[in-house]
Amino acid sequence: MSTPQSTPKIRIRGLHKAFGSKIVLDGVDLDVETGTSMVIIGGSGSGKSVLLRCILGLIEPDAGTIEIDGENVLTASRSRQDALRRQIGMLFQNAALFDSMSVGENVAFGIRAKHSDRNGATPSRAQALQMAGDLLKQVGLDPSVGDLSPSELSGGMQKRVGLARAIAGSPNIMFFDEPTTGLDPIMGAVIDGLIVDCVQKLGSTAIAITHDMASAQRIGNRAAMLYHGKLIWQGEASELMHSGNAMVDQFTHGRREGPITMELRK
Amino acid sequence: MNAVLDPIAALGRAALGLIKQAGALALFALEALSHLVRPPFYWRIFFSSLIETGFFSLPVVALTALFSGAVIALQSYVGFGQYHVQSAIAGIVVLAVTRELGPVLAGLMVAGRVGAAMSAQIGTMRVTDQIDALTTLSTDPMKYLVTPRLLAGTLALPCLVLVADILGVMGGFTVSVAKLGFSPSTYITATLDSLKTMDVVVGLVKAAVFGFLIALLGCYNGYNSRGGAEGVGSATTAAVVGASILLLLFDYLLTDLFFSQ
Repeated sequence: MSTPQSTPKIRIRGLHKAFGSKIVLDGVDLDVETGTSMVIIGGSGSGKSVLLRCILGLIEPDAGTIEIDGENVLTASRSRQDALRRQIGMLFQNAALFDSMSVGENVAFGIRAKHSDRNGATPSRAQALQMAGDLLKQVGLDPSVGDLSPSELSGGMQKRVGLARAIAGSPNIMFFDEPTTGLDPIMGAVIDGLIVDCVQKLGSTAIAITHDMASAQRIGNRAAMLYHGKLIWQGEASELMHSGNAMVDQFTHGRREGPITMELRK
Repeated sequence: MNAVLDPIAALGRAALGLIKQAGALALFALEALSHLVRPPFYWRIFFSSLIETGFFSLPVVALTALFSGAVIALQSYVGFGQYHVQSAIAGIVVLAVTRELGPVLAGLMVAGRVGAAMSAQIGTMRVTDQIDALTTLSTDPMKYLVTPRLLAGTLALPCLVLVADILGVMGGFTVSVAKLGFSPSTYITATLDSLKTMDVVVGLVKAAVFGFLIALLGCYNGYNSRGGAEGVGSATTAAVVGASILLLLFDYLLTDLFFSQ
């Protein structure tokens, strides 16, 4: 457990983002302590993905601060922003594998990109491909899969390759965007298991966004819910199914009746 | 608003939209060009784009140039026959091909083939988060995807146009000798007499500009595509149409610059 005085790995204060007249993030405050796996739940369009993308620097927020290790990413110099964000590994919802490369080259790309950042000694392509084989094994795939193209893989295998690519640089922060979407329950559980293993092995701090309550409880030890761009609840992931918050309970139990439905009907 | 002001307002909005687009395109081009002098440079992407743009466009450009040269010879023969100046055909063919048809037709062919492919590929990467994935892997997407393609387009098109010039002249020669009864040696002599280095050089300069514009429009539209398959389709159409229009506009401007004096 972190002491209350410790600096959170990620601290977000007053984050706002609007696209035109649509407010997507409306003053989000969030602390993610080092070594924590934070799961963020919320309906479609609640701002979960935008929040992750703001932290990653893919979207520029309109207002607020995002600190990594106590340093405000948004006001840092470009090179410092890059350095802070290089600590982050990301597994995209659809894996986002480069379809112009083989599976092995995808993972090797992650290895070469991250290594060249850190110490200037970029592994050769052959070395990176060899290392990619080891990473593929780590996520439960045979290294021979490396010769295939991403389109030849099933959704679950693509997620595993995406995970191998994300952990290629041994990131100390990991983001997971809907890691089990589109997978059958067993494959979803397998991917969740791999995520937990990777996060524990690397000692990373993780943020996952998901609609899948089983996945949320497997991956996370902390949880939060976004609704209409606001963080309406935070607590232990184990409390998700009985949070005491009407909106969270309605969402986690998938009930049609409740405050969220009422809001949607307006 | 009234019937007089409404069309003016619409025209104004369209003009502002056009200026905004031109500004965004110029900034995009400047950012991409700035990466030429900031390492790393992705040579593998550059060479693969060079081969895709140059080598794989050869057949379509070669055939277009060959038939265009042949058609000019035929048309000129019919038209010039009225004034009994058929002997000028060789000069007309070589001037038309090197100054205009070579660069413009090669440019239009490459815009349809390569510009569309660049836009579709980068657009698909955009809508499937592959460009965001590049960013999260500490790789600048402009540097990785755009800059090598711009350089490849700028260098590949002059090479293609050189081939188009030769084949266009050959097309005119073949028809003139085989069908219209010209003497081969007379035709070649007339061609060489009419050919000026400046014509070829200006054609190649035009080609470099066209190659840059085609790659720029392809990358720009792909990079900014939104909304899934439909967005990628629209981006591809915009890339080809935009490149074709800009190509013809710059053809006029460059012709005016080099040949009007």
